Amino acid sequence: MTAPRIKSEDKPLVIAAGFTLVILLIGTGYTLSTQGTAPLLQPTYLLQQLQIGSFLGICAAGLMLVILTGHIDLSIPATLTGAAMIGTAIGGPWAIPAALAFGLIVGLINGAGTAVLRVPSMIFTLGMDTVLRGVTVAQTGGFAPQDQATPLMLALAKDRFLGIPVALYVWAAVSVLIAFLLARTAFGRSLYAIGTRERVAYLSGIRTRPVIVGAFVASSLCAALAGVMLAGYSAKAYQGMGNAYLLPAIAAVVLGGTNVLGGSGRYVGTLIGVILIVLLNSVLSIMQMPEALRQIIYGVVIVVMLLIYGRGDRETG
Amino acid sequence: MGRLIAQNRGFAGALLLFAALFLTYNLLHPRGFSSAVFVQNANESVAIAFVAMAQTVPVLMRGLDLSVGAVMTLSACVASYLLTGSALEISFGIVAVLATGTAFGLMNGLIVVYGRLQPIIATLATGAIAIGLALLLRPQPGGDVDGDLGWALTNTVWDFADTYGIADGGEAWWIRPFADIPVPLILLVGVAALVWLPFKRTVTGRTIYAIGSAEGAAYVSGLPINRAKLAAFTLAGFFSACAGLYLALQTSTGNADTVQAGAYTLNSIAAVVLGGTALAGGIGGAIASVIGALILRLISFYFRILDIEPLLQPLIEGLVLLLAVSAGAWRTFSVKNRLELFR
Repeated sequence: MTAPRIKSEDKPLVIAAGFTLVILLIGTGYTLSTQGTAPLLQPTYLLQQLQIGSFLGICAAGLMLVILTGHIDLSIPATLTGAAMIGTAIGGPWAIPAALAFGLIVGLINGAGTAVLRVPSMIFTLGMDTVLRGVTVAQTGGFAPQDQATPLMLALAKDRFLGIPVALYVWAAVSVLIAFLLARTAFGRSLYAIGTRERVAYLSGIRTRPVIVGAFVASSLCAALAGVMLAGYSAKAYQGMGNAYLLPAIAAVVLGGTNVLGGSGRYVGTLIGVILIVLLNSVLSIMQMPEALRQIIYGVVIVVMLLIYGRGDRETG
Repeated sequence: MGRLIAQNRGFAGALLLFAALFLTYNLLHPRGFSSAVFVQNANESVAIAFVAMAQTVPVLMRGLDLSVGAVMTLSACVASYLLTGSALEISFGIVAVLATGTAFGLMNGLIVVYGRLQPIIATLATGAIAIGLALLLRPQPGGDVDGDLGWALTNTVWDFADTYGIADGGEAWWIRPFADIPVPLILLVGVAALVWLPFKRTVTGRTIYAIGSAEGAAYVSGLPINRAKLAAFTLAGFFSACAGLYLALQTSTGNADTVQAGAYTLNSIAAVVLGGTALAGGIGGAIASVIGALILRLISFYFRILDIEPLLQPLIEGLVLLLAVSAGAWRTFSVKNRLELFR
C-alpha cells in the first residue's frame, strides 16, 4: 500500500490550507493564553473577517486570469479607486453600472496596449495606473469626494442575508463564475495555453489577442466591483483606497499555487491564498503586531511558503 | 557610427529626448541656465538615477527586482544612524551602509538562484522585509547626518573644496574649470564608470546579457549562470544602497516611508523602459536607465516653470510614460509574420 499521492499541481493547495490551519491554531493559542477566549474560532468573527477579505478575494480572482496568461495588472489600485469614485459621484440606480463600465473601459485599454501594441503589461498597466490616479486627483483636488455610497452599494457590502454577509455571496458568485470560465470554457483553456507558450497557442488557432484582452477586462471588472463594494463598506470613496489591494492580491494568487509566469494554477488555490492572507492579517492585528514586524512576517511567510512548494524548474538543463 | 546607432536605437532615442527636454527646460526657465538650478535638479535626480541603475541589472537578465525602493529606504535608515562623528567613523558608516544594501541584494540573489523562486515574487516579499527592517530602525523620521558631508556632497565642486579646505578652498587654478559642476553628478558618473562599465565587460557581466537573450543557450555555452544571477541581484542591492546613502545625505534624515519606497520601485521600472532597456532582457544598460531616470525627473521639473496645476502632475506624467512606451510599439503593425512578435 502506498500513501495517497498528491498531484504536484495540488501540493501548494494542501500546504496553503495546512498553513491556514496553523495560523488559526497559533492565533487561538495566543488569545486563549492572554484573554482566555477564542474569538478566531467563532463563526461571527470569521464571517466578519471574510467579509473584509471579500474585496481582496474579488480583486485576486480577476487578477488570476491575467497572471495565467503570463501578464500582470498593476492598474488594480487606481481602477478600484476610480470605479468607487464614479459610483458614488453618479449615484442612483446607474451608480454600479457606471462603475463597472469604467472597469470595462480600463480593461479594454490595458488589453489593447498589451495584446495589440505588445507593450509589456508590467509597464503599460503601471502607466495606466498613474494616468487613472492622475485623473482622480485632478477631478477631486486630491481630497475624498463628498458623495455618499448608494443604498445598493451599502447593501452589497454591509447587509446580511440569512446571517451571512451579502459581500460573501458576491465573492462566491464571482468565484463560481471564474472557476467555471477556467475549467469549462474554451476561453479559460486558452488562458492556460497562452500562459504556457503564446507562440504555440497562436499556431494552434487560438485568437490570442481577444483572449488576452478578455483577461484584462475580467481583471478590471473585478477591481471595479471590489471598488463599488469597498465604497459601500466605508460609505464613501477616497483617494488611495485601492492601494492596499494590489500586492496582497498578487501574493494570494501566487501563494495559491499559480505560476507567476502563467500557464498553471487552479482557482481553488487563489481562494485558499486569499483566506490565508486574510487570516494572517487578522491574527497579526489580534496580536497587536507593530507594522514593522507585520511587514517582515508577511515577507518571510511568502518566501518560506514558496520555498516549501518546491523549487521551480530550471529554465535550463 | 551608423551601425552603433542602429544597435542602440532605444538608447539613442532616449538621449535625444533628454537633450531636447533639457535644452527646452533651460530656455523656458525664467532665469535661464544657472548653476544653482542645475545643482538643485541634479540633487533631486541622483537617487532615482541610482535606483534605475539598480533595476537595470536584473531586468537585463529578464528578471525584475521589486525590492530596490525598499532596499534604498533601508539603507537610508541605516545611514541616518552611522553618518556622524569623526572622519573615520563616517567612512566606516558609508562602507556599512553600502554593505547593508549589497548584502540584501545578495540575499535576493541566493533566494532566486538556490530557492529557484521567480525574481518578481521573491523580491516582492523581500521588499516587504526590507521595509519592515527600516520601520524597526526608524519608526519616526529622524537621525543625525554629518552636516559638512551632506553640504559638500549635495552642492558644487567649489562648495566641496570650500567645506574641506582643499585646493585653497576651491580657488586653486586647477579646480576652476570644474568648480561649477554639481558633486552629485560626479558621484553618479563615478559609480557608473567605476562599477558598472568595468563589470559589464567581465564574463559575469556578459553572461547577464546572455541570460536575457537566451538562458538555455547561455547554459549550454558553459557560461556561469548562477554566478551571473547572484551578481546581478547583489549589484542591484549595491546601487540601491548608493541611492539610500545619497537620500540620507540630501535630507539629513532616515525616513521609513513605505509610499516613497513603492514609488521609487515603480519609477525605476519606468526609467529602465524609457532608457531603452528591454523588459524581455538582453538589450540595454545601466547608463541608458540613468538617462531614462533623468527624463522622468525633467518632466516633473517642467511643472515648476510652466504654470501647470500641480494636481495635473500625476496625470501628465502617466500620459508621457504611456505615450513613450507605446511609441516604440509601432513596429508591431509592420511585422509581416505575426510569429515574430512572440518570443
